[in-house]
Amino acid sequence: MSLQLQISNQGEALIVRLQGELDHHTSELLKTKMENAIEQEGSNHIVLVLQDLSFMDSSGLGVILGRYKQITNKGGKMVVCNVSPSIYRLFEMSGLFKILTIEEDVEQALSSLGVVS
Amino acid sequence: MNVNNYMSLQFISKSENEAFARITVAAFVSQLDPKMNELTDIKTVVSEAVTNSIIHGYENKPDGMISISAKIEEDTVYITVEDEGLGIKDIEEAKQPLYTSKPELERSGMGFTIMENFMDKVEVKSILGKGTKLTMMKRIESKKALYN
Repeated sequence: MSLQLQISNQGEALIVRLQGELDHHTSELLKTKMENAIEQEGSNHIVLVLQDLSFMDSSGLGVILGRYKQITNKGGKMVVCNVSPSIYRLFEMSGLFKILTIEEDVEQALSSLGVVS
Repeated sequence: MNVNNYMSLQFISKSENEAFARITVAAFVSQLDPKMNELTDIKTVVSEAVTNSIIHGYENKPDGMISISAKIEEDTVYITVEDEGLGIKDIEEAKQPLYTSKPELERSGMGFTIMENFMDKVEVKSILGKGTKLTMMKRIESKKALYN
């Protein structure tokens, strides 16, 4: 099982949809692709859609935290949406849910960022 | 105590094998008929342990060997994950939430915290220069009624 990602733009936001499994092996790919996309697109915000993410471990927390730092250093925001209960538990355990904005779905994520969808 | 079932596997320290290891152990544990979230817990802890061996035990070099065994005794599963890597200098420090010896790698430092939260018991034995052995235990809830 690997990780697929779909990256698109909506206004100032970079929408990243993850599908599959996010572990140490696949987090390297996600890190590189997202880092490049943030730089190339000059995006101000990130919306991370976890709807089709079937597995995540602490390596996923590390890479999400890394992108959170990258975008907030540029003065932007990161919103995570469609979070399953098992992934939400990891966010809780690590305290990440305190700094990340979590929304129900992409529409709500975009409207919380003030991006018209 | 009666051992109901046992399996062991060995593989080299390549990150591709993280998925292989957690899926294999989860398939073995499936015979206890665990709930979906219990199976996710098992997959996650195996992934954490194997990732630790690869990143810290073998420092991402793919020529190390990792051994896993799993044992079922009635409603309880015992899992060991063992490497012959560098070993852990200070186990208590390594277990601290958010602690990582490799901050440059964007590690969350949550591996041990997750293992201790998801399993009923986690034991770490490590000798510097010789390797690390993790033994973890979890009672599978859905089968409790059958044995009580």
